[in-house]
Formats: sequence, C-alpha cells, structure tokens
Amino acid sequence: MDSQESNRSRSAMTRRQALACLAQWSGAAVVWTVSGGVPRALGATGSNTPPAGTSDLTFVQISDTHIGFRKDANPDVVASLRSAIADIHALPQPPAFVVHTGDVSHLSKPEEFGRARELLGEIRVDRVHTIPGEHDTIDDGATGYLRYFDHDGKGKSWYSFDQSDVHFVGLNNVLNFKAGTLAALGDEQLDWLKNDLAGVPRSRPVVVLAHIPLWTVWEPWGWGTADSAQALALLRPFGSVTVLNGHIHQVLQKVEGNVALHTAMSLAYPLPTPGQAGIGEPGPVTVPAGELGKVLGTRQLRVAHGTGQLAMVDSPLVR
Amino acid sequence: MVSTIDSAGRRLGVAAMFVVLAAAGAYRHAAAAPPAAVRVEITKFAFAPKEITVPPGTHVIWTNRDETPHTVSSNDKSFASKGMDTDDTFEQTFAQEGDYPYLCTVHPFMTGVVHVRKQ
Repeated sequence: MDSQESNRSRSAMTRRQALACLAQWSGAAVVWTVSGGVPRALGATGSNTPPAGTSDLTFVQISDTHIGFRKDANPDVVASLRSAIADIHALPQPPAFVVHTGDVSHLSKPEEFGRARELLGEIRVDRVHTIPGEHDTIDDGATGYLRYFDHDGKGKSWYSFDQSDVHFVGLNNVLNFKAGTLAALGDEQLDWLKNDLAGVPRSRPVVVLAHIPLWTVWEPWGWGTADSAQALALLRPFGSVTVLNGHIHQVLQKVEGNVALHTAMSLAYPLPTPGQAGIGEPGPVTVPAGELGKVLGTRQLRVAHGTGQLAMVDSPLVR
Repeated sequence: MVSTIDSAGRRLGVAAMFVVLAAAGAYRHAAAAPPAAVRVEITKFAFAPKEITVPPGTHVIWTNRDETPHTVSSNDKSFASKGMDTDDTFEQTFAQEGDYPYLCTVHPFMTGVVHVRKQ
C-alpha cells in the first residue's frame, strides 16, 4: 500500500506501530499528531492525548449526515447527529468551528437541506463550514444545496478562509464527471485553487475539505477523484497539508510527502470495506442492534499555534 | 344494461384488435404494435440488464431496488430522472431508432445503454 510505503520511508513509524494503530481503530478513538504532514500515532483517547495549548486552534470534522435517510441501517439519523452535537458540546476546549465534509442531505431535497441547516444551527459554535457531497447535488448540481449553504455569498460551492494562521480550502469534487469515470474538480475549480493558493505563504498549514477522497481508494466504487493529481500538485509545495474527506464512511489515511489525507466516519451508516467478501457494492451496511454508535463518529482536530503540528482524535459516538 | 353490453362489447373489440395487431407485428415487424413495457432494475449499484435492444415505441421503466439513491440520466441530457429513492420508478418512451447511453449522475461509474432498433 502506498501509504505504508510512504510512512516507512518518511517517518519513524514502524510496521508494529502501524498495526497497533489499525487495531485501535476498531475500538476507542486514536490520537494522531501530524508533524510536517507525517502522522504519528500517540495512543488511544484519554491516555496520551496531547495537551492543548491555549492559543491552539481546535475544530471538529463531521461528515455524511444524510439527513432524510431512514432505512434499516439507521432509522434515526437526526438522533445520531444530535448525539454528535452533544459530544461536541462536551469537549473540554470548545472548537472554533465545525466542518462538514459533505452528504449533508440524502436526496438533495429542499426540506432535507432546511432540516440539516436547523440541526447544524444547534451546534454552539460560530460557524459550520459545509461542502457538498454527491447526495447534495442529485437533481440540479449544487444549485439546490447553495440555496441553504452558500457560505460566502459568491454562489460557488468552493471557498477558502484563514483562521489562526491556517489556510482552509473547501472544494466540490462531486460533479464534472463523464460517463463511466470518477467525479472531478474540473478546470474552473482547479484554476480557482491555483489562484487561491498563490497568495498563501508556503509555511502556512493548509487544510483542504473535499467530500470524495482526493486519492483513489477504490475506483470500481467511484471512491476517488479523476483530477486529484492536479490538485495535489498545487498543494505539494506547502510544508503541511491536511486533506479531510468523507464519502466512504470509514477512517482511512494516506500520506504523500507533506500531504496527509484522511477520511472520516459518517454520522448516518457504515459502508463496507472495498474487497470485503460477499459485498460487491458500496451500499449501507446494517450492523447488529447496539453496534451502530461504534461505527459512527466525529473527529476533533487541533493545530498547535505557530508549529503547523496537527493532532486529530477520531471518536465514535458510542465507546 | 344496454350501456354495459356496449362497453363490454367495445372492450372485447379492443382486445381482439390488440391480438390481431400483435400477431401482425410479429410477422410483419409493424411499428403499429402496441409498445410493450420493458423493465430495467437498478440493483447493487448497476443497471440490470446493462444493455437492452428494443423496437421503436418501447416504454422502458427503471426501478431503483437499492437503499441508495440513483438517477437515470442520458449522456446527451435528452432525458433524466430526478433522484430515485428505493422503489421509485422512472419511465421513458423511445420513439426513434438510435443508441441512448445513460448513467447515474450520483454514481457515474454506473452506465447503461438502450439500443432502439426496428426488428
């Protein structure tokens, strides 16, 4: 696997440590520090959680809420989101904001967007930054989504902002497809990204939000972005780049030089692992009663002020 | 009572006409044959069957059997469903001969083709 090759060559992480991390994903949350784009596992939540500096930036990633979904895999996605909101409110250090990495709704219906906006409004933070997933752009591209989530009023589903010396970029990689291919960012958005990054010092940490992974996790299921290589080429000169993805409803990561890419858990339902025996398509997985909360969750991120070091904690709703 | 008989008689007549036309269609490739509905299932993130060949005038009905929403959207945008939830259907009648490739815009790796050919 590329990520393991990359880890082995670029960090001190051993195979044994990596396997230990893998084992921990199935249980409690895992704490990662990312230094210069290379993540190192520190241990489970509560044991070695790095101390928070008072000037550090902390924020939370949630993803794939699928408001409107009500099938067996999760008959009450609203309750799952509210559980996550309670977790966010219980954090010892309140996050500066929350990012939602797409599939806010399940069927792009106006009532789903409206309900989602109400629910996200219950989070006691200044702002919730969303990006669209393919479930948010079903009938009319991003038009319906933008009626509810046009963050900067520019009528685009991509944007950037700076906070605490970190540059954040939100992207839309769920459109611009051709038949039989992966979705893509498209030339207009890549041009915008190039111009946007041109004004950012290369020492500044960059955090990129995109719904579908910006690397090809599993092409037969559309788990990749056709033109991700062009986007990563624009990001590679920066000293610390963290890409936060959703879409695949499970935690995976890959490291390419200074670029660390992470997918997040969903707040709606789990999806199968590519290659899982007997499962040939990425449909919702119904887990035994009482197990759902263990495969849904949130992610807390902390950027140590002035260092570009980034720590993340993935927390299931039920531990 | 008279109207009932009339109505029943007319129904019989229509049914007889249908049989005659269907038989004619079978032997003479008549375009006048009443179009049969052809069904395509959307299941396990695939169109089944992926390709169909039908005569002009055929009515095609797609049904989404997945728990995940899909669409039926022609590559040239000549027809497109809304997002289809579980058990939703989309119907399209194909009057003209030709090839009609389509995809699911939510999952563009899902593709299918309707070939419309005089038989």
